[in-house]
Amino acid sequence: MISFSLWDILRNLLLALRWTVALSLMSFVLGGTLGLILLFMRNSRHAILRHCIRLYIEVFQGTPLLMQLFLVFFGLALFGLEVPAWLAASLALTLWSASFLAEIWRGCVDAIPCGQWEASSCLAMNRFQQMRHIILPQALRIAIAPTVGFGVQIIKGTAVTSIIGFVELSKAGTIITNATFEPFTVFGLVALMYFVLCWPLSKYSQFLERKFNVAHRH
Amino acid sequence: MSYQFDFHAVLDYAEVLKQGLLMTIRLTFIGTVAGVALGICGAWARTQGPAWIKPIVSAYVELIRNTPFLVQLFFIFFGLPGAGVQITELQAAILAMVINLGAYSTEIIRAGVAAIARGQIEAALSLSMTRLQVFRYIILRPALQKIWPALSSQIVIVMLGSSVCSQIAVEDLSFAANFIQSRNFRAFEAYFVTTLIYLAMAILLRQLLRYIGKRFIVHRPTASAVKPIVILSKGQA
Repeated sequence: MISFSLWDILRNLLLALRWTVALSLMSFVLGGTLGLILLFMRNSRHAILRHCIRLYIEVFQGTPLLMQLFLVFFGLALFGLEVPAWLAASLALTLWSASFLAEIWRGCVDAIPCGQWEASSCLAMNRFQQMRHIILPQALRIAIAPTVGFGVQIIKGTAVTSIIGFVELSKAGTIITNATFEPFTVFGLVALMYFVLCWPLSKYSQFLERKFNVAHRH
Repeated sequence: MSYQFDFHAVLDYAEVLKQGLLMTIRLTFIGTVAGVALGICGAWARTQGPAWIKPIVSAYVELIRNTPFLVQLFFIFFGLPGAGVQITELQAAILAMVINLGAYSTEIIRAGVAAIARGQIEAALSLSMTRLQVFRYIILRPALQKIWPALSSQIVIVMLGSSVCSQIAVEDLSFAANFIQSRNFRAFEAYFVTTLIYLAMAILLRQLLRYIGKRFIVHRPTASAVKPIVILSKGQA
């Protein structure tokens, strides 16, 4: 029987950790881009467009990420596409994180005083120019802390992709457990690695929140 | 696309879906009640409790909030038996949900408690209310009023997150979907129907929590219903 040292376990988990990080970064960047597009559509003049985006956000926030993964995984297969797990995982995570980021950022845009919209429209700016030059630069300040905080949610969300067979940290943990029969050590280490990834982000988000709130404190 | 959708093949398994739905509701109910209770205890310990307990509660909150629910579930279900604790899959799922929601609600309720003005507490203490009375009437209730929307969203997130429990063979709604698609190979339809059920549950749960919040948390008792808190001083007694 082959025996596994702690280093073997750790090394294989660290190799799998790369995929968790890669998937998180990819979903964050693509989800952020899509979220920004959704944000513009959410603030558009056309009521139908606004309602469509609201429905999109409602659906993606009101259903489990696991189900979204399965639907993307099996849904794309219906079109005769051979979907590798990583593609389904990153597509579902992108759609999911876009819905949350769009809603977070909408809150930040709504927090900008109405007078800013009115003043900029007096200067004959169109809707896009208002968003681009007046509203978003101010909203950005408020948005940074919760956005970084949502990064933690994305990293934790990637764990669910192990269920459709994408080999990232959690899946590697399951595989290694099946080989070593040491679930306590392996899942302990897996949890520790997620913690090492997420905790600094959480702390950074709290730090940013305090920093940007200084002006409001008396 | 030449694929023919066949939702009847899924609806034939309505009984399986119903059983799964009931299990998800049961998990959510127990997890929510126990989790929020744990959160209240955690918030008390972190704000009012003895000094030695505060770092322990903080560590618990940080540890749970920064690791995925799936890993917590696997650690409890696969890891604890390795350490000598026998546990069924249902117990593991409930334990994981309670621990998870406990950490999040500790943090949420703590934020509400922190927002209570010091003067309120001092005023209550000067009225010779006991520390328990102060916590219950002066701190907890207004704190819950303030953070109820945040707590509601967290409860909905936990309900949706419970779908992951199917991975340790708890027979919840997503387990039902897995079961159905393994029988009739209608994977997309099975997951589609299940997703719709989850969506309906999320919307209903949000409405229910809003109602509970209005009726029991934010609701202020009318003057006639107010029971005065009678505190007898030593001389009177």
